[in-house]
Parts: sequence; structure tokens; C-alpha cells
Amino acid sequence: MIAHAVFFYVFSIIAVISAIMVTVSKNTVHSVFFLILDFISISCLFIMIGAEFLGMIMLIVYVGAVAVLFLFVVMMLNVAQQKNQWFYSEATSGHIPIGLIISTIIFFELIIVVGGWKYKPELLNPNTTKISNEISNTHSLGQILYTDYIHVFQISGMILLIAMIGAIVLTFRKREGVKTQSYLKQISRERSEGIEVLEVPSNKGVKIDD
Amino acid sequence: MTEIGLGHYLTLGAVIFSIGVIGIFLNRKNIIVILMSIELILLAVNINLVSFSIYLNDLTGQVFTLFILTVAAAEAAIGLAIIVVYYRNAGTIRVEEIDKLKG
Repeated sequence: MIAHAVFFYVFSIIAVISAIMVTVSKNTVHSVFFLILDFISISCLFIMIGAEFLGMIMLIVYVGAVAVLFLFVVMMLNVAQQKNQWFYSEATSGHIPIGLIISTIIFFELIIVVGGWKYKPELLNPNTTKISNEISNTHSLGQILYTDYIHVFQISGMILLIAMIGAIVLTFRKREGVKTQSYLKQISRERSEGIEVLEVPSNKGVKIDD
Repeated sequence: MTEIGLGHYLTLGAVIFSIGVIGIFLNRKNIIVILMSIELILLAVNINLVSFSIYLNDLTGQVFTLFILTVAAAEAAIGLAIIVVYYRNAGTIRVEEIDKLKG
């Protein structure tokens, strides 16, 4: 129990501090690195609490894919040296008190939910899928993911496909002035447009490709 | 204090959620950090779902966390693509200068 508490406090303090650093860091690249640290510590918490499949998936998806995507975009867009100056600008500093008030209200609402929540077994649906102790977390997730939630699973696959196609279509750029081979043009060439028979007057020649 | 219960995890989720909301309002410089704040908010939601799932002994929360991960990855990809296209057209992604819609 003591070890659980120690690990919980260590990982959660790291997570909260790195979340704060994501928002206040002046350099966008540093923000991305703190986001990676945040995801790593939260996935450690997930593994500790017993959801080890989700912790590992979070490491793979977020640290391996999403954070690298953020890093690529930050470096491509040349915003790395644009400093984050959220308290210098006169015109926008009016948003800051409103944002602080709204987020404080949201925080206290969530805390009220935590304080008022009690374990009420009669509110639970008895048909829910119980966590079994005999098989591993990954095994039990797979057992319900491919049976009870198969349609939602397929739809999430469609969402990923649409997101992939959408990102490709959005960022695809057709370049001007690049010579490429056109097969359709090549095989649909006719003799009439390929050659031209000219009467050549003697001692004058002809001018082609004018 | 040494007994870590559901309340501790929910409080952690609440703190990270609020930091994400503060980040959206506080950051007036570049829109990538706003996308990162949205990722933080989704992370806080995931913490809540997983901790309820563990403490209620019910796997449904973890399944929904999996789907939230999927949608968050798709959203990050689309959002970053839009940002790249906007930067190519307008030459800036500063939040103050993105005012074409005059909102």
C-alpha cells in the first residue's frame, strides 16, 4: 500500500508539473517534450492501476505517433523560435482572467463530483462486463472488444481511414512546372497529330516548331 | 493519505483537465499549443474512465478509452494537416493573426 501511494504521488506530481509546463513553456518544442513526459507518466499510472494494455497502447500511440507528428509539424512550420508570449500582448490579455475563472469553476465542479460520489451498487447495470481475475487485462479486453463492441470497433477503423485520407488530401499539393510522364497521353497519340507532311520548296527549307 | 482510492485518480484527472482548459485560454501565441491542450483534456478524460473502470470492476470504461485514443489520434492528424495548409496559405499560425472570419 505504501509503495502504491509513493508511486502514485511521484507519477501524478510529474504529470501535473509537465502539464503545467506544456501550457506555459515559451518554446513549442519544449511543450511537445513535456507532453511526451506527461503521457509517459500517465501510462505508468495506468499500468500500475491494472490497465496495462491501455498503458502500453498509450505509449505506442501517443509517444510513438502523435508526439512525433507534433514534433514534425513544429519543426516544419518554423515556429520553434517564435516565443510564446502569453502575458505580453495588450490586446489579448483580457482573455486570461476569464480563462482562469472558467477553468477554476470547472475544477471545483469536478472536485464536487469527486467528493459527492459514493459507491452505489444499485445504480450499476448488472449486465456489465466484469473484470475477471483469471485472464489477463489484454485477454479480457480482446474478448469483449471483438464481440460486444465489434461495430464500434469497425467504425473507429473507418474514422482512422477517413482521417488518413483527409490529411493526405488536405496537405497534397500539385506542383506547377514539373515534367511528368502521362501514359494516357502517350498511348492515345494518333498518327495525324504526331507527324506532319510538308511540301518543301527547293532552296528555301521549312521552319518547324515556331 | 497512504490509501490511494478512486478520489485520488479523479482529482488528478480534474487537475489535468483544468490545466488543459487554462492552456487554451492562456496561450495566445501559437495554435499548436492549443492542440496540445486539447490532448491534455482528452488524457484527463481517459484517466477518469480508466480509474472508474478499475474501481467499479467493469471493463467498459477501458474499451471506451481505447475508442477515445483512436478519435484523439485522428483529430490530431486532421488538426495538424489543417494547420500546415493554413501556414502555407497565410504564412502565420499566430492566434491573434488568424482573424479572417472576424469572429
